[in-house]
Amino acid sequence: MSSGFKLTVKLTCMLAATLLSTSALAHQFSQGDIKIGHPWSRVTPSAAPVAGAYLTVTNSGSQPDRLAGGSTPIADRIEVHQMTMGDGIARMRPLPDGIEIAAGGSVELAPGGIHLMLIKPNQQLIEGSSFKATLEFARAGTVEIEFVVQRNPTVQTGSGNEHGGHTP
Amino acid sequence: MSGLPAFRLTIWAAIVVLGMFLIVSTQLSGGSPTGETSSGTARVGGPFSLVSHTGGRVDNQSLAGRPYLVFFGFTYCPDICPTTLFELTDLMTELGPVATGFKVLFISIDPERDTRETLASSMTSFDSRILALRGTAAETDAALEAFSAYAKKVPLEVGEYTMDHTAGVFLMKSDGSFGGMMDMHEPRETRLENLRRIAKDQVTGS
Repeated sequence: MSSGFKLTVKLTCMLAATLLSTSALAHQFSQGDIKIGHPWSRVTPSAAPVAGAYLTVTNSGSQPDRLAGGSTPIADRIEVHQMTMGDGIARMRPLPDGIEIAAGGSVELAPGGIHLMLIKPNQQLIEGSSFKATLEFARAGTVEIEFVVQRNPTVQTGSGNEHGGHTP
Repeated sequence: MSGLPAFRLTIWAAIVVLGMFLIVSTQLSGGSPTGETSSGTARVGGPFSLVSHTGGRVDNQSLAGRPYLVFFGFTYCPDICPTTLFELTDLMTELGPVATGFKVLFISIDPERDTRETLASSMTSFDSRILALRGTAAETDAALEAFSAYAKKVPLEVGEYTMDHTAGVFLMKSDGSFGGMMDMHEPRETRLENLRRIAKDQVTGS
């Protein structure tokens, strides 16, 4: 195999990877004044009883709204939960009333804080796959979205594994 | 008439000497308690005995002579537990064979729902060198006590519950003493460097 051929294969792979990651990077959904930015769910271990999912909600309306929860064909239900850390202890609680998104405000659901919890997923979430879901808002009603399954947050605090150029 | 300034000088010198003596003595008496404040961490690293997801018994004695990492969690945990286990997996993948220099233990604090089968299935998603451990309620309590860790069952709706738990990664040295907590917010390179250092501990310790 010539080195030129190898290089071409390498470049093609890199290009494909870039295109794939770009498409996974920016996707959003909207309904009325509500905009959902990059909904993603974490890869789950096999037979996981729960899965965490994250997104950004922006409310461009003049009234506050409330994300109450949702549903998806791949799990029993979707709840809004909050993880808090204090004295090195993690505590997770459901937020039965959901979370408020102030008029003109935005809320980020991210690892280590508020997140959506898929109760009893009926399939393992594999990296690169996606699934549909319906979010329920008090004012805006239902918003149809699609979660992409990722292993790590897209842009994060150095926990990402996309830093190439490591020594073998 | 030159006796007065000399007398004044003597008085001032006495005050200075007395002052210095007071400062030094307070520091000395205050020094001993501060030397003992680290004894809180000495409580980490006691006896425990649990069964791994592969079936073998793992206890503090069988681990002696080798450094190891300990993380407490449970499978009904959607956020911090899989996040930490995936991060550890990524770090171990990057370290490659170096990561065999230490053991990584995931201790279930929810043995009621985390059966050995559940843990075995869950562990297929992470680095195969990570061992999931569980025990009876009493064995789990003993393990928590050994690390001065905390776990508490919190009832939710009908019949459901969640667990509050210590969420840090404990670093244990090859002599069984506590090496501190791993800071998962440190830059990736710093964490890798810390793990390389821990892996070396085995060589010097054995």
